[in-house]
Amino acid sequence: MSNSLYERIGGEAAVNAAVDLFYRKVLNDHRINRFFDSTDMDAQIAKQKAFFTYAFGGPNNYTGKDMRGAHAHLVEMGLDGSHFDAVMEHLGATLHELSVPEDLIAEAAAIALGARSDVLGL
Amino acid sequence: MFDLTIENSRLTCRPGETVLDALLRENINIPYGCKAGVCQSCVVQSLDIKPPEKAQGDLKDTLKSSGHFLACQCHPEQPMTLKLPNQAVRFSDGIVVVSEPLNRNTHLLIIQINDADRYKAGQFVNLQRSDGLTRSYSIANIPHASGTLEFHIRRLQEGRFSAWVHDELKVGHSIPVSEPQGKCFYLPDRREQGILLIGTGTGLAPLAGILADALSHGHSGPIRLFHGSRDHDDLYRINEMRELAEQHPNFSYTPCVSSGDAPKGFIQGRANEAALSAHTDLTSWRVFLCGHPDMVRTTQKQAYLKGAKLADIYCDAFVVSADPTPQS
Repeated sequence: MSNSLYERIGGEAAVNAAVDLFYRKVLNDHRINRFFDSTDMDAQIAKQKAFFTYAFGGPNNYTGKDMRGAHAHLVEMGLDGSHFDAVMEHLGATLHELSVPEDLIAEAAAIALGARSDVLGL
Repeated sequence: MFDLTIENSRLTCRPGETVLDALLRENINIPYGCKAGVCQSCVVQSLDIKPPEKAQGDLKDTLKSSGHFLACQCHPEQPMTLKLPNQAVRFSDGIVVVSEPLNRNTHLLIIQINDADRYKAGQFVNLQRSDGLTRSYSIANIPHASGTLEFHIRRLQEGRFSAWVHDELKVGHSIPVSEPQGKCFYLPDRREQGILLIGTGTGLAPLAGILADALSHGHSGPIRLFHGSRDHDDLYRINEMRELAEQHPNFSYTPCVSSGDAPKGFIQGRANEAALSAHTDLTSWRVFLCGHPDMVRTTQKQAYLKGAKLADIYCDAFVVSADPTPQS
């Protein structure tokens, strides 16, 4: 495969479209919105962009250690597998809504799933 | 190889280097993070040429229009003059031409300046007293039309700067004015788009400027202004806004009073709540929020959840300066 998933899915434009839909879903989901409900919306959006860039296998410099550190305060707030699954659900729904082909959605989901234990601090 | 000019110094961006690479190589430190165009930590401004499109990524359209770009994504295509985020803002002197009350605690200040073309209604500037005390205020008029900047300055309790403006700054006095800052202003595209303006207190200043700018560009979509204050006596420009609404069928004005009974013609309640309950669906609207930081943050999220795109929500939160009054 010559092109990365990030390129095939549409790069930065796809990330922006996805974040706009995804963050709306997350804030409306009472199971998980407390983890995303920061007063600084711009900072939150930057985090969502980083998340999608990561899920699309795009350019990033994150290590497993970064993922753990970045989510440790959420784990303290009670973040567990059920919340992670809810986020995965919204990730899938968002990409469906953007008419991303099934095989690419599966690739993105696999990348996100790969971060599960780091995010949850397991 | 292109030269980058920063104030009085010059460095060379080598082939293959981004602007961020060149800055870091020369030990010029600016904030940065992902180096991948995502985190938007490394925003710098080009003062002369339009930056390459890719380097502007998905910055807010108003920031793009003022030459901002991501240093980590920019391979220069010609020499550039840069302004870095940690570089001091420049001041030039203006002359006070109007200084008079707007209501019991808000003062109208109009300052004549030389290079009004650089400033946009809704942006903010720093004003400075001779001892260096500095405060930010938003521009309430269309600067290039009159060669002046208009400000609405509310007297704050123990506010040293606002008291000085109210009591001592007079017509004819000279005052240092900074270059323009901020990304909350009108761009004359998508003229059929609905515009929702929500402000509290002197949040009316940037909104009045944005409104005037939109109308002067022949904005054809609906423009709705909700201006709120605790008490009726703290509102201002009520008649002027009503007259504007009569002249422009696409503009409506709703003054709101949050405390006590509202007089006839006013809404009882907060401006942001009145505005949001009048608009169940903000998909495709452009939203401007100016005033109290809590109001701005809450309404930003609600407007977004009602469908407004993040890129279409412009905020100007008025943070009151925290530096204490010196003890005598």
